[in-house]
Parts: sequence; structure tokens; C-alpha cells
Amino acid sequence: MRDAAPAITGLRDVADPNKVDPIHQFHINKLIDLQIGGLDFSFTNSALFMVIVVVLTGAFLVLTTSSRGLVPSRMQSVSEMAYEFVANMLRDAAGTHGMKFFPLVFSIFMFVLVANLIGLFPYFFTVTSHIIVTFALAMLVILTVVIYGFMKHGLKFLKLFVPSGVPGLLMPLVVAIEIVSFLSRPVSLSVRLFANMLAGHITLKVFAGFVVSLGAMGGIGFAGAILPLFMAVALTGLELLVAFLQAYVFAVLTCMYLNDALHPSH
Amino acid sequence: MFVTTAFAASEGETHNAAAGETHTETGVPHGDGHSAMFPPFDSATFPSQILWLAITFGLFYLFLKNAVVPRIAGILEVRHDRIAQDLDQAARMKQEADEAIAAYEQELADARAKANQIGQEARDAAKAEADAERKETEAALDKKLADAESRIAAIKADAMKDVGAIAEETAMTLVEQLVGKATKTEIAAAVKSVNG
Repeated sequence: MRDAAPAITGLRDVADPNKVDPIHQFHINKLIDLQIGGLDFSFTNSALFMVIVVVLTGAFLVLTTSSRGLVPSRMQSVSEMAYEFVANMLRDAAGTHGMKFFPLVFSIFMFVLVANLIGLFPYFFTVTSHIIVTFALAMLVILTVVIYGFMKHGLKFLKLFVPSGVPGLLMPLVVAIEIVSFLSRPVSLSVRLFANMLAGHITLKVFAGFVVSLGAMGGIGFAGAILPLFMAVALTGLELLVAFLQAYVFAVLTCMYLNDALHPSH
Repeated sequence: MFVTTAFAASEGETHNAAAGETHTETGVPHGDGHSAMFPPFDSATFPSQILWLAITFGLFYLFLKNAVVPRIAGILEVRHDRIAQDLDQAARMKQEADEAIAAYEQELADARAKANQIGQEARDAAKAEADAERKETEAALDKKLADAESRIAAIKADAMKDVGAIAEETAMTLVEQLVGKATKTEIAAAVKSVNG
């Protein structure tokens, strides 16, 4: 019995619903240990997937446009469509002055989109399912807005918090609300993306776990596993939509916040 | 849970023994090296994630800004220019075509006018000639008519002059046959009275 044990326990590990751990996919494993000044800067699976996302996206964008075709090939069209999609988004939200931020918005959109999409592959790590990553990206946007806003407009940037046409008596209240809403932007921006990715992946994992658990029972369980299987397939489609949508939402909100930095007076 | 109790009992010992091994094998990191915390909220991983995000995203941003964006912008601009240029050329060609059509129509109108003029002249000339000929013919006919009428009048006058003599002769013959001799003067007087 001893030699058969690992295989059996391996099966039980998956078959037992208590062992199908939907949180497991979010664990961070160290690949290369790296400690600097008492802080842990190890190269982890999260870092690995950041590298994969960046290399894949960069390579795709460069290789597809390398022929510089006047009439684009299919893959070149994809790159051009992504470019024009973000360019139109930014131009609509922030005007032509906003185009100086185009590289930033384009890289944020492509990074989030590809990270979301790669996360959909089984056994792949989803970079954007960690709040610290989405929060860092959101802070990058907000700090860009604040720093650029003060650099360009000086103290006039504070007019952002003072909407015109508000009666004097209400002004303190309105200003307080504006400040709170501004401060909550990085939180809402990061939590929206993080929560969507996290919830989607947990749901997928739970339904996929049902398929395995029920299937392992044999007989009726096997038949019963069909329903969660369909669910898992449908959810994968939904997650594909969410992956794109959340990247789009993140980029659109980035554009709108950048518009505030460019034109602070309401 | 989904394994029968008997099977589970018989396997219990080996399972426990193999548990640690299995976890490392499948990479499930419960306990060792990881806090039991919900991983996204585990602040121990934050420095590493922020550092690697900064490195990867920073390089990604620089790469896109310096390599990808100028290239795609260049492609789109070249295409845009080319389309604008082609449209210009098309507009110019259209203008040329319009001019050619206008010139052609002008020529056509001229030719038509000229043709009308020639036709009109020819018609006028023909009409004048026909009129002249008709007048000449009419004049000739009138003359012939007048001649004929005068000749008829002359013949009629002659005939009328002869009518008296013929009647006298006839009457004389008739009277001689009926009653014998009659004098020429009596007859002439009788004919004259009948003639009135």
C-alpha cells in the first residue's frame, strides 16, 4: 500500500472539496530569494507573471508592427486598433492636450488588459488580483495627476475642489465632499479592478472544484458534474468580458482624472 | 469526505505520512513559509510586488513610449498622409475631368449651333429658289392663260360674227324649202330681229 499512497492522496487532495482551495491560486511563492535591508524583495511567481505580461505585450506590439505596412496585416491591425482605441479614449476625455499622457495610459491599459487575460489560463497567476498591484497603479495615476496639476497650474489646481456656481454658504460642505471624493479615487480605482479579478477567479475555481469533486464520486456524481461544468465554461466567457471591461474602465477613469490635471476648473 | 470510511480508515496512516510530501509536490503552501492570511492582504509580499511592478511596468512604459508608440504613430501618420494625398489627387483628377466635360459640351453646343445655322441657310436658300421658280412659272402660266383667253375671245368674236351669216343661210334654205324664194334682205331682217 505504501507505494500507491502518493497517487491516492493526490487524488483525494483534489477530490475532497475541503482541499479544493479557491484561495490557493492567489498564493505568492518565492522563486528567487532576495532580502534587502530586512525587506523581502524576492522574485516571486507574481513577479514572473509581470515579466511575462510585459515581455509578451511588448513583443506583440513590436513584432506585429515591424513591417510598417501601409495596408496592415491582421496582427498589425490588432496593435493599431489597441493604439487608436486608447488614443480616442484619451482624446475624448482630456482633449488633444491630454495626448502627452498617451504612453502612460496606453501602457496602463495594455498591462492591465494582458495581465487580466493571462490570468484566465488555468495555473497562471493573475497579477491584477493583488490589491497592492492595482493600488500601486492607481497611485501612479493619482500622483501623476497631482504632480502635473501643481506643476502646470500651481495653486490654481486647488480650484478642482471648488466648483463654480455654488452658493457661499454651501461652499465648505461642497469642498469637503470634493476632497473626500478625490482622496477616495485611488481606493475605488484599485479596489474595483482587484475585487473583480479576485471574485471572478474564486467563482471559477469553486465551480471547477465542484466538477472535480462530483466527477470523482462516479455514477450520479458524474452526471451531476455536467451542470457546474457548463457553469465554469459560461463563467470563463464572462470573465473574458470582465477582463477586458475592467482594463477599459481603469483606462477611462485614468483619462478622466488626467483631464482634471489638465483642466482643473470645472 | 467523498471517500468511503473504510477506505479512509485503511489509508489514514499513509495519508498522514504523505501529507507534507504531497503539499510540496503540488505546490500548495499551507503553513510553511506563508502566513495563514488571505494572500492579497499579506503585507509581507508587498515590498516584493511593488519593486517588481515598478521594474517591469517602468521598463514597459519606457519601451512603449520610446519604441512602440512612435512606430505606430508613424504608421498611422504615413497612412493618413497617403490617404489625404490620394484624395487630393482624386479631387484634382475629378476637376480635370469636369473641365474636359465642360469643354466637350461647349464644343457640342457650338457644333449644334453651327449645324442649325447651316440647315437654316440651306432651307432659306431652297425656299427662295422655290419661290422664284414658282413665281416664274406662275407668270408664264398667267401669260399663257391670257393668250389663250384672248385667242378664245377672238375666236368667239369671229364665231359670233359668222353666226349671223350661217343663220341667214340656214333660214334662207329653210324658207326656200318651205315657201319658195325669199329675198336676202328679208331674211337678214328676220335673223336680226331674232338675234335681238
